[in-house]
Amino acid sequence: MSDWTLQRPKRRLGILRPLRADVGAALGFAIVSGIILVAVLAPLLPLQDPTELDLQNRLIPPSNGHLLGTDHLGRDELSRLIYGARTTLMMSSVSLLIIMGIASIVGALSGYYGGWLDTGFMMVVDLLLAFPSLILGIAVAGVLGPSLVNVMIAVSVVWWASHARVIRGMVLSARHRDYVEAARSIGAGDGRIMAFHIARNIMGPFVVLATLDMGWIILGIAGLSFLGLGAQPPTPEWGAMLNDSRSYMQTSPSLLIAPGIAIFLLVLGFNLLGDGLRDMLDPTTYR
Amino acid sequence: MGAYLARRLLTLPLLLVGISIISFMLLNFAPGDAAEITLRRQNGGVTPPREAVVELRQELGLDDALPIRYGRWVSSAVRGDLGDSYRSGSSIAGELARRLPATLLLASAALIIAVVAGIPLGVLAAVKRGSWVDSVCRLSALVGAAVPSYVLAPALMLLFAVKLDWLPAIGYGSPKNLVLPALVLSLGTMAQLMRLTRATLLDVLNQDHIRTARAKGLTEGLVVWRHALKNALLPVVTVLGTSTGYLLGGAVIIETIFGWPGVGQFVVVGISQRDYPVVQGFVLYMAVIFLVVNLAVDISYRWLDPRLHFGGRFN
Repeated sequence: MSDWTLQRPKRRLGILRPLRADVGAALGFAIVSGIILVAVLAPLLPLQDPTELDLQNRLIPPSNGHLLGTDHLGRDELSRLIYGARTTLMMSSVSLLIIMGIASIVGALSGYYGGWLDTGFMMVVDLLLAFPSLILGIAVAGVLGPSLVNVMIAVSVVWWASHARVIRGMVLSARHRDYVEAARSIGAGDGRIMAFHIARNIMGPFVVLATLDMGWIILGIAGLSFLGLGAQPPTPEWGAMLNDSRSYMQTSPSLLIAPGIAIFLLVLGFNLLGDGLRDMLDPTTYR
Repeated sequence: MGAYLARRLLTLPLLLVGISIISFMLLNFAPGDAAEITLRRQNGGVTPPREAVVELRQELGLDDALPIRYGRWVSSAVRGDLGDSYRSGSSIAGELARRLPATLLLASAALIIAVVAGIPLGVLAAVKRGSWVDSVCRLSALVGAAVPSYVLAPALMLLFAVKLDWLPAIGYGSPKNLVLPALVLSLGTMAQLMRLTRATLLDVLNQDHIRTARAKGLTEGLVVWRHALKNALLPVVTVLGTSTGYLLGGAVIIETIFGWPGVGQFVVVGISQRDYPVVQGFVLYMAVIFLVVNLAVDISYRWLDPRLHFGGRFN
């Protein structure tokens, strides 16, 4: 076996270099930033009003006037797709912020102070994790009633628990490091140590956690909307558009394919980006 | 092992109490008055007089303090009574029990597909690391994790049921009906198992005991299947519990699309009719099933891992 030579693990340094070296991560970055760009610029694009009905032109196939055709109420599908990206991105980012916010506070307090606080918080976490997350999400959203805000509440309430435990672990292992002792010795208080010193040092894995979670949140929110729990008419949203398209999929398959590919690409983009960031932080993972 | 089992079994009642409190509170947050809804159903949709509602509220004990109502609800839930549906007035526990086999059939078929396809593909990808086989496997895992079931299901329905006419689009009863829903439901889990098997197997293949096995001249097949896979599968077993939760949740969407008469379809209809006791009973039911599955997975994991065995015996 001549190929038993020592291989030096590839070292990747810097922030942008791995994006260049890692095709997947670069692709993920391109997809995500492309979709965000289009969503942000939507009002400036020459698009029709995504809620404007045109009952004379229902379900027309892709053509020059309507590049992706029109839906069952004659609304322009391309315009709904692009404005739907705004809804989806807004909902999932807000949910992610809430989730990571709760998870950080609970995880940091739990890991830093330990004791009864830790025991209490982790009991709540264990309890939430005892439910299959999508089922609890469906139930919470279903009981609160169908609306965009309620879906964000449902997803956030259900999803933060597992992250709180991960962050607790990271804080726990950081708590007795030398830099924390050093900060304390020069008079930094607990709040300052958590918010500045520990936060800075666990930022890398934290960002990876958040990026990898984005795909799940998008799938979850669109799934709840698909079940009729999220965006209500006439708000354009990908999951709700998919649900609308089901009755017309034989005659107008583009109504199914367009939002389907959109969700797929966005989730794929975030997953690729998250994988890339993780490999960047931990070069020992096997690719 | 004994100590671990004892601890697990001790926390079980605590978790059950917690689960029941959350499920109970769900209905408490729901809008609408149970007494009024019940009377309206009995009177064929006519708004009942105020006095009748007050009377029924007293009769049902809806004005009692929260802990008392919780106690009453739990004691009947333990006896298998989850209340009656707001809409049909029929027993929710009965309906859930009647529909559960369909959901379990779907979820277990999906789990079997995911395990039977996902793990060998992961092994293949790890063994042929860097080859085109590995690339194809990794690419399909990425795609499998990003395609939502509610996109794939209608697409496959269109292809296999409408265009090719090989399989029925919706329905329940024959094995042919099971193929599409189980396949779609299994995909996410399959991708996850494949990725995990590949990663852990690559990890194990780098360890000393594998080098020893190779050095003493064992064939590559024996090294991988007998020595490496055994160790690599342990982490895979742990995610099977979580996978079950994922499959039960995903089944709600799949059942709705394929008209599968399981508990998921029941709850989606319940939600659309604002039939909150149905949602409550469903959550409780699923959480208890999930709890039992996770306990079984945990115990079998402890039992499979020899290190934990010996640890328990010698400590």
